[in-house]
Amino acid sequence: MGVASMAIRGFLLLLLFLSAAHLSFSLYEDQVGLMDWHQQYIGKVKEAVFHTPKSGRRRVVVSTEENVIASLDLRHGGIIWRRVLGSNDVISGIDIALGKYVITLSSDGSILRAWNLPDGQMVWESFLEGSGSSKSLLSVPTSLKIDKENLILVFGKGSLHAISSIDGDVLWEKDFAVESVEVQQIVQPIGGDVAYVVGFVGSSHFDVYQINVRNGELLKHNSAPFSGGFSGEALLVSSEILLTLDSTRSKLVLVSFQDGEINYQQTPISDIFGDSLGTPVLLPSKLPGFFSVKLNGAVIFIRVTGEGKLEVLDKVNNVAAISGAISISDGQQAFGLVQHGDGKIHLTVKPTHDSSADLLKESIDMDNQRGVVHKVFVNNYIRTDRSNGFRALIVMEDDSLLLLQQGAVVWSREDGLASIIDVVTSELPVEKVGVSVAKVEQNLFDWLKGHILKLKGTLMLASAADVAAIQEMRLKSFEKSKLTRDHNGFRKLLIVLTRAGKLFALHTGYGQVVWSLLLPTLRKSETCKYPTGLNIYQWQVPHHHAMDENPSVLIVGRCGQSSEAPGVLSIVDAYTGKEINSMAAVHSIVQVIPLPFTDSTEQRLHLLIDANQRGHLYPRTSEAVDIFQREFTNIYWYSVEADNGIIKGHALKGNCNQEAVDSYCFESKDIWSIVFPSDSEKIIATVTRKLSEVVHTQAKVIADSEVMYKYISKNLLFVATVAPKGSGEIGTASPEESWLTVYLIDTVTGRILHRMTHHGSQGPVHAVFSENWVVYHYFNLRAHRYEMSVIEIYDQSRADNKDVLKLVLGKHNLTSPISSYSRPEVVTKSQSYYFTYSVKAIDVTLTAKGITSKQLLIGTINDQVLALDKRFLDPRRSLNPTQEEKEEGIIPLTDALPIIPQSYVTHNLKVEGLRGIVTVPAKLESTTLAFTYGVDLFFTQLAPSRTYDSLTDDFSYALLLITIVALIAAIFVTWVWSEKKELKEKWR
Amino acid sequence: MALSRSSSQSSHRRLIFVISAVLCITVAAAFQSDELLVDDEEFGLEGGLHTKSPDLTFTRPTPPPPSTTASTTRKRFSDPDSDSKIQFQLHHAFGDSDFSPAGTFSARLKTWNHGGQTLTKLRFSRNAFTEEEKEKFALLLKGDDFYRIRLPSSILNPPGRDYVISSVKARCLPREGLDEHFVIHTDGINILAVNYGSPGACPYPRQMKLPGKWFFNSHTVLKNSEQAPRAPVFAEEILGVGGEVGEGEIVPPPERSFWAKYWMYLIPLGLIVMNAITQAMNMAEEGAGQPAGQAQQPAAVQRGSSSAVRRR
Repeated sequence: MGVASMAIRGFLLLLLFLSAAHLSFSLYEDQVGLMDWHQQYIGKVKEAVFHTPKSGRRRVVVSTEENVIASLDLRHGGIIWRRVLGSNDVISGIDIALGKYVITLSSDGSILRAWNLPDGQMVWESFLEGSGSSKSLLSVPTSLKIDKENLILVFGKGSLHAISSIDGDVLWEKDFAVESVEVQQIVQPIGGDVAYVVGFVGSSHFDVYQINVRNGELLKHNSAPFSGGFSGEALLVSSEILLTLDSTRSKLVLVSFQDGEINYQQTPISDIFGDSLGTPVLLPSKLPGFFSVKLNGAVIFIRVTGEGKLEVLDKVNNVAAISGAISISDGQQAFGLVQHGDGKIHLTVKPTHDSSADLLKESIDMDNQRGVVHKVFVNNYIRTDRSNGFRALIVMEDDSLLLLQQGAVVWSREDGLASIIDVVTSELPVEKVGVSVAKVEQNLFDWLKGHILKLKGTLMLASAADVAAIQEMRLKSFEKSKLTRDHNGFRKLLIVLTRAGKLFALHTGYGQVVWSLLLPTLRKSETCKYPTGLNIYQWQVPHHHAMDENPSVLIVGRCGQSSEAPGVLSIVDAYTGKEINSMAAVHSIVQVIPLPFTDSTEQRLHLLIDANQRGHLYPRTSEAVDIFQREFTNIYWYSVEADNGIIKGHALKGNCNQEAVDSYCFESKDIWSIVFPSDSEKIIATVTRKLSEVVHTQAKVIADSEVMYKYISKNLLFVATVAPKGSGEIGTASPEESWLTVYLIDTVTGRILHRMTHHGSQGPVHAVFSENWVVYHYFNLRAHRYEMSVIEIYDQSRADNKDVLKLVLGKHNLTSPISSYSRPEVVTKSQSYYFTYSVKAIDVTLTAKGITSKQLLIGTINDQVLALDKRFLDPRRSLNPTQEEKEEGIIPLTDALPIIPQSYVTHNLKVEGLRGIVTVPAKLESTTLAFTYGVDLFFTQLAPSRTYDSLTDDFSYALLLITIVALIAAIFVTWVWSEKKELKEKWR
Repeated sequence: MALSRSSSQSSHRRLIFVISAVLCITVAAAFQSDELLVDDEEFGLEGGLHTKSPDLTFTRPTPPPPSTTASTTRKRFSDPDSDSKIQFQLHHAFGDSDFSPAGTFSARLKTWNHGGQTLTKLRFSRNAFTEEEKEKFALLLKGDDFYRIRLPSSILNPPGRDYVISSVKARCLPREGLDEHFVIHTDGINILAVNYGSPGACPYPRQMKLPGKWFFNSHTVLKNSEQAPRAPVFAEEILGVGGEVGEGEIVPPPERSFWAKYWMYLIPLGLIVMNAITQAMNMAEEGAGQPAGQAQQPAAVQRGSSSAVRRR
């Protein structure tokens, strides 16, 4: 018995030990991608240059509106390399030089960079100086050599620069800023040593400068007046002819500048097109020998003959986009053109010498959620039968990028996701009774097999193949991507609105797109020329009818940039992605207030404030008005006029007194105002608490058994102002003339609860408000470092509720309603700490019940997300905390906040161009879901206090089962043995 | 978005509340005094912290024809040319009506050597309500509407850019008389905001109550911005002492005891040892039982099981 029991005990202990060793809290290498996903995007493509060598990888280099330069594989659309420039480093030109460098011109023509084509390493960078501001033009001539150096001509900041493409040296420069010429084009005729710089002076002169490209010497300067005046547009038709319109847009003007001699040739538009009403628009496509004009929705191609005669070649309707010309074999050139028709897009490639012939004509079925084609780039290749084949890269209305070849979509990229404006989450549908879980999930055998594999892995018996299988099983777990609600609330839909006006529903499992919708209300139309999306709100979140009703979201946008522009609203079903209802051109929308009331169908009431400070109630039902009227006197809101430096509080007054009776419209009145002195303060940041935040307890027990009551109010506003002098870039103001003042304001009464000045500090300020504290980040000019400060606010009026006798007798005021009109007795505590990084975004983790301790999620300047425990930003930290304080979790005071490399949420990944962090509580109290967006997307689960309420994901149930079985078996075996032994003893 | 909401409240709580509120009022009424308390700023403490009491001014309203503050003016010994006396008007409005004068604030403007100007010695004289105003106010009380006040945002050239407005539900003011409390946030010669309300609590739901006396008890507080605490700066020596936590390193966990460290090895070891001992004893017993039992006899007798066997 002894040997057997010892063996069993040993085995069990070994098992226990191994399973204990498995429990760990930090992220290991093989856990990457288990709970997180990362997606890389580039944004809407502005320009594309193909690089298709005869052998090797074929690629296209693109520049985008998110200031990304990327090299994409033409075969599958994957990113070969990508460089994200800063947000103020706008790319204005891109080209390939010497067949190995990608040349980009950015920052208004002041920075020229060369990137190595295969791997995207930066080869050289040139800062171009200039005194003026102008159009920036990049021209990389293929055969312009000076002393064996290929030249790049750049016009930027009012000067022309010639730059060596080998090392980026500026060979010469010529300043045009003094000439007050508005340069339109740089022309470099092939084979010549001269370049022409052409442009307008005022609206009535045309100037040509002939320049020697070898040394930048000005050879000739001609100027000629034009009586009709120019419209400002200009199009280069050939190397000596420029086309423009006169100021009335009724005449086409050809300007020839052969050898610097200017000749005008005017043709009235009516001569070409007959009598038509519309105003012509020149389309900016570079086509040799001819040009295209858009008139009354049709595109007309006009050839310029040698003598300056204009000849209409073709008239094409429904043209969406025209590509530039590309050269195909034997000196011919071709261009592509895309038309829309009956749900398809038609791609046509025409040779330039004969526009009636088509080199290619294809029709491609297109997903109607992509909208119309915005841009097309054509590239040719040699087919297997030695004929010319064409592929086209098209940019759609929703910013997606597609490659078309042989009448099919080869690949597509959802690059609209690089410009997310707002995010909300939605629960997934509840698992219905009709669907058997077992059918959808794996069967028992698979389940057991999986666990046996896991067990093998745990016991280190797994072979390399098994390890790979285990890893794949963990990563591709079917559980994660199911389209139903899960018990822990990890599976959700992230509904995101992009700048293109498209709505995507992303699954939190792997970030796959569940549905997408190009919002009809946010598309360009006759009534709405420049639609912009603003925000998404939860419109309906069914709890009682969760089985048979779908949640929906409200999307708010407006037609135009100004706040007076009419608003558009649409309501979209969160499960199906169908638009349920939409309202266009309602009233202007300045502010959207989701009210904490819902009607009988659980639609949330929203109050939309227009530019005249009127409130409009939605949904427009009488039931909603009834609910609203009940709470009429309890509704307050505030508005911030950042330019004026005024914050105002408003309350409702009564129905609008307009001509038409509108029972959903309400007048407002100002009930308070705060006027910041314009000479010393300028509002730079305002932050409020999140409406959805849950606070677990108001009381906070501090070290010496004292209770402090958090001042918890949903109506607190944090405002940061800086001195106007210090509102510029860091370094433009001295510490003496710059200060930062922070306020905590009650938005019902306008009461300033706390006001504090940081001298010698300046913005930008990033802040987050949660529970009773606010944390903000700014720059300290005196210490030359970034700082983070915390303000905690405590309620003193409840502080004397510590007497047990009082509590027993009910003499406490804990249950009395709080009114903002009572004079608050608050105390604030604050502390500042140095923080190394500058910050792009800051947020705090939210959990379901608010019990779990909080972490700050800081989007750092290097596009990573750092999780910083809130305990580090405790104003009560002291140099030598007492034993009790230590037990409470107070960390000894330090001057700087620690940056622990392991606490990067994004581990080794970067969320390029990080713009925002969104946290959503899961149903499991310990866990929160964090979604970070920028050019890239990143999603992960976080457990700020570790997962204390659940077993880890890779907990081996099989191991537990086997242990139990083994234990039971051992009990039986030992019992039988002991029986036997006893019997033996008894028989002795 | 802002909402002031209430939770339900039992009537007996309300009663207690009313009692306590009344108690509060009586207490407040008991210590009314005419004495003007002195600003701490007058002693030259620049940007000094404002606690609640030092600059709380207590003024009784002057009789209906408002005469400027006379009785309580005290002569100060401060530098005469750096001080200038200044006055600004308080306006009030009933509900949505237009603003009309309601009182006068007078203060001294102190000019500092470095050019900054601050307000000190704020005094307030409140015009008592006229009969018409009383009616209007009673109407406000009935409708639970707002009583609004405003001050110019700039003292030197009123109204400055705009007036700063504050309002309170009229039902919050009546106590014994009409109790009001002003907090004026200033920045040099500018008034950023005025917070107006009752000096104590204003429990929700607000009860309709006409004031006993149409008499204002005004309390005014002048507030300037506080200086934010600086980030702690450690000298090098101090860093040396607490250095290991200074750079954000993880503090090494305290040394654990031998048992705490190695219990997982010690327990199985103990078990093995115990097993081994039992086994050894069993072996010894078996060995003793058969070939030569004499020597072990006394020990063997004491073992229950074997003795039972013997007995059989």
